Amino acid sequence: MTKTAGHGFGGFNPVSAPDYLPVPLLRDLQLARLQQIVRRAYENVNHFREQMNARGLNPDSIKSLQDIGKLPFTVKNDLRDTYPFGLFASPMGDIVRLHASSGTTGKPIVVAYTKDDVEVWTSAMMRAFAACGVGSGDIIQNAYGYGLFTGGLGAHYGGEALGATVIPISGGNTDRQIMVMKDFGVTAIACTPSYFLHLLERASELGVDFHDLRVRVGIFGAEPWSETMRRRIEEMSGIKAYDIYGLSEIVGPGVGIECSCQCGLHIFEDHFYPEIIDPVTNTPCAEGEEGELVLTTLSKQAMPMIRYRTRDITSFVEGQCACGRTLRRIKRIGRRADDMFIIRGVNVFPSQIESALLAVEGTLPHYQIVLTREKGLDQMEVQVEVTAEVFSDRIGALEALHTKLESELEHTLGIRADVRLVEPHAIQRSEGKAKRVIDKRNLG
Amino acid sequence: MKIHQLSLFLENKPGQLTAPCRELADAGIDIRTLSLADTQQFGILRLIVSDWKRGYELLRDKGYVVKDTEVVAIEVPDRPGGLLEVLKVFEKSAVNIEYMYAFTFGRGDKAVLIFRFDDPDAAIALLNSAGINVVGSVEVYNR
Repeated sequence: MTKTAGHGFGGFNPVSAPDYLPVPLLRDLQLARLQQIVRRAYENVNHFREQMNARGLNPDSIKSLQDIGKLPFTVKNDLRDTYPFGLFASPMGDIVRLHASSGTTGKPIVVAYTKDDVEVWTSAMMRAFAACGVGSGDIIQNAYGYGLFTGGLGAHYGGEALGATVIPISGGNTDRQIMVMKDFGVTAIACTPSYFLHLLERASELGVDFHDLRVRVGIFGAEPWSETMRRRIEEMSGIKAYDIYGLSEIVGPGVGIECSCQCGLHIFEDHFYPEIIDPVTNTPCAEGEEGELVLTTLSKQAMPMIRYRTRDITSFVEGQCACGRTLRRIKRIGRRADDMFIIRGVNVFPSQIESALLAVEGTLPHYQIVLTREKGLDQMEVQVEVTAEVFSDRIGALEALHTKLESELEHTLGIRADVRLVEPHAIQRSEGKAKRVIDKRNLG
Repeated sequence: MKIHQLSLFLENKPGQLTAPCRELADAGIDIRTLSLADTQQFGILRLIVSDWKRGYELLRDKGYVVKDTEVVAIEVPDRPGGLLEVLKVFEKSAVNIEYMYAFTFGRGDKAVLIFRFDDPDAAIALLNSAGINVVGSVEVYNR
């Protein structure tokens, strides 16, 4: 079955117009908005004013976009320290929505939106969907979690405003997701990439082939995933898989998105100003150089974020995109500074392990990393589920696979990791963000 | 005549064998014979069942990694040198025996062995020309 586009697809979507703003105009707009937002934060947020004063700065210090480098950074702990409402720049009377991110340790962080902020967010999400060719006539299955997490409502508002049909199915209940996708003729799905893999796997168990469904677009985000994983997803399902970027502290999903070129994520920089800095020296990285993404919200009123350290590692993609958008692009985020773990003195990112596993033909990326300490020495075990594609009735073939995985890991990481082949479903499936690392080293 | 063998991936830990055997029992599928190959980490359970197609679908739908492999059942005289006669057929051929195991039933003075060849068709041709009896699938499944 040919996967045909929705009615609104095939031409230019007017909601994308701001994506093509001439660069000089865009920079003027960014500067005007930056000056406004710095003034707003200075006048309404104690924490920010104190930080500015301590550096001898005031709102008039911002005369050019380069001056953003003078401003203090905001880090996640600033949000925790001022929990719950300390960084709000609007009175509660103007705030129409609160979201909170799951704090894995201690208190969550709380984010706020005025009516206008919700509109900014909605417009960014509309532009995000439009950039992946989704429009009116499309049926979007929104499997991001609804609730305190920004994913569900963010995608929901954007999809509706775009004129698409949104199914607010939220996360979980995988069999029902597959039934709805099939019976409602869903054309686009939004969820985490790891949950989509789980959907694919379950569909195949139920005898449903994604190639026979109308789904043609997947908008995947909220966790790092690799280019190899994208290709695998596209081969297995026949859809186009797009990477979406966002974080609650800035707005939620819709900070950036890939266009049909799939060569980097365009940042909606008329609202979210991106910088990439060396996380150690805190100085700007040269174009193309990898560093930590720092974002400033240019138009959000309830909770302006000035130079927020995302902990996400990326780089700017050089040159202009073939799609014609003037918005700067960042490379897909393969790793987060926070996900890194150190084993026997070596820095390891889960994404490195993912690409090593995927390099071995036929291995599905259901994996988990277990760290333990035996007699004072750190051990890393990578559990990999055995799939029908790689399984053999011959012991020798499985042992060869095992050896191949171990040597690929050692080659990539520079240290030895034990590979354990496990049965399918042995690794717990996540309906949201996948838990890749189990660190048992500190549990006594 | 080739017959179908189901292979299952199992982790090497207590109780892993029970679940798939229970699935087959509940579905009324009889295990004709089996062999378990194992390493320290994992094992491969190889099964000849009364209805391989149904067994395959059942186990796959239950989430097991299951593979269908064609193997050959060969009748071997149950006396010293009986197996040797069969093995000699392949001695000078390019056909490789990957593994083998015994069937749970015998036929009079004959034993039945399951052979996994890298090239089962070539193996059967050699056996036929040597006059060695290859057991048919009907006999194996519906004994």
